[in-house]
Amino acid sequence: MQPAIAISGVSKTYASGFNALKSVDLDIKHGEIFALLGPNGAGKTTLISIVCGIVNRSSGTVSVNGNDIDRDYRMARSLIGLVPQELTVESFETVRSALTFSRGLFGKPANPALIEQILKDLSLWDKRDAKIITLSGGMKRRVMIGKALAHEPKILFLDEPSAGVDVELRQDMWAMVRRLRESGVTIILTTHYIEEAEEMADRVGVINRGEIVLVENKEELMRKLGRKQLRLELRHPLDAVPQALAGYGLELSADGGTLTYTYDNQSERPGVASLLRDLVTEGIAFRDLDTLNSSLEEIFVNLVRKAS
Amino acid sequence: MNRHAIWAIYRVEMARTVRTLLQSVVSPVISTSLYFVVFGAAIGSRIDQIDGVSYGAFIVPGLIMLSLLTQSISNASFGIYFPKFVGTIYELLSAPVSYLEIVIAYVGAAATKSTAIGLIILATSSLFVPLHIEHPFWMLAFLILTAVTFSLFGFIIGIWAGTFEQLQLVPLLIVTPLTFLGGSFYSIDMLPGIWRTITLFSPVVYLVSGFRWAFFGKADVSLGLSLGMTLAFLFACVAVIAWIFRTGYRLRT
Repeated sequence: MQPAIAISGVSKTYASGFNALKSVDLDIKHGEIFALLGPNGAGKTTLISIVCGIVNRSSGTVSVNGNDIDRDYRMARSLIGLVPQELTVESFETVRSALTFSRGLFGKPANPALIEQILKDLSLWDKRDAKIITLSGGMKRRVMIGKALAHEPKILFLDEPSAGVDVELRQDMWAMVRRLRESGVTIILTTHYIEEAEEMADRVGVINRGEIVLVENKEELMRKLGRKQLRLELRHPLDAVPQALAGYGLELSADGGTLTYTYDNQSERPGVASLLRDLVTEGIAFRDLDTLNSSLEEIFVNLVRKAS
Repeated sequence: MNRHAIWAIYRVEMARTVRTLLQSVVSPVISTSLYFVVFGAAIGSRIDQIDGVSYGAFIVPGLIMLSLLTQSISNASFGIYFPKFVGTIYELLSAPVSYLEIVIAYVGAAATKSTAIGLIILATSSLFVPLHIEHPFWMLAFLILTAVTFSLFGFIIGIWAGTFEQLQLVPLLIVTPLTFLGGSFYSIDMLPGIWRTITLFSPVVYLVSGFRWAFFGKADVSLGLSLGMTLAFLFACVAVIAWIFRTGYRLRT
């Protein structure tokens, strides 16, 4: 089967000479939630804009469901819904007419019942006849999501969807994303909130300085690159780590009361069980212990730091 | 053909006219009436007739053209500039619409508006001066042709303009002078030699002349030349727009 989106060798150099993308290759699978992570200016929005037809690329090819975005642009674009990062709305339109307009623009016949359903799902039904200019920022964001969904896209782009959005809307939005995914919609999101990618995404791509640094299943990524830490609160403070435990690379806190052991799943270091055994042998008693999983955020920061 | 898209854009554009009825319809009617008072009554009383037509009636085609040009340009340029300015253009660019469809929708809406205003001014004029239209069909044809041509021109300005100042620049610095040099209020035969030659470079001369012919059966330049020059300007605009969309100029940077 064709991938939902196939990006191959896409580069973009702006007129200013800024090289925003350097030969990006990326396939998005059908029905997945794909999170694109990257620092500001990494090229996330440029990449999305190219796929959606808003920005011309300098080279490379993109196809949506097998439709080339130049040759078969009608088919390609009608499959895609886009919620851009910036809050840009027609201030003087009403909420409902804005959604009706979007649906028409994408070549679909009017469907008031569907528009009503979308507005209800987004808690906008009460505001259906309000002018958009009178809405709060969060409500405007909902309108933009509604506009993107009005033509029943098969692929949805959410560019920084939770920037400046309150907790309630964020939860509503993620509930909606899950519903959409269940109905077979492919979702690509960029976000700064890495815990969201961690919670939502099936796969994660990391982009930095216009290059895809990594694409991986989220679980795989966490397993491969995730680090764990074991912290031991000692019953009696130590002056130094005993010689016999040197191989573990332990860190002793300044007051000598806490030992931290960092390990990962592919570590050459001996495991937790043998550390605990050796502690007993050395006569070191501990009062408490806890373990920490590194989050996707730490993985991400490490990757980006390594790349730059 | 994505006719749903054309209709969606057209409707939104027309809805804006209705929303801003005072500015977009009432104000041109008022300013035209003032022209009648100043030119028709105050000055016209000192000018007998031009080509056997009373001065008050003589300026009607020119006045309609004046409004038609400025309205077509401002409607069409604003219509496409505004989404660019607020950022909603993203939706248009990401939609499955062809260039032709975009142009039909925006230019069609702008031309509809300015044609309507032209007809309203014509009706207003008939309150001031007795009007007889010699060739109603050609009158309407010139009206629509001019509205479409200058809406295309306005569309180009709207895409080119990066600021609101630039949006006003072309209408103020080029179009208004051309209109005044275009024989709207006089027959170009009335000008001294060198100015007469200069005005022949203004495309507005040909529009007004052709339009006036439709009213009175008399013109400064021949009908064929009027029609030819108008069509030439129309095709020049179409060529520029085709180039804009092919290269993504100021749209898909």
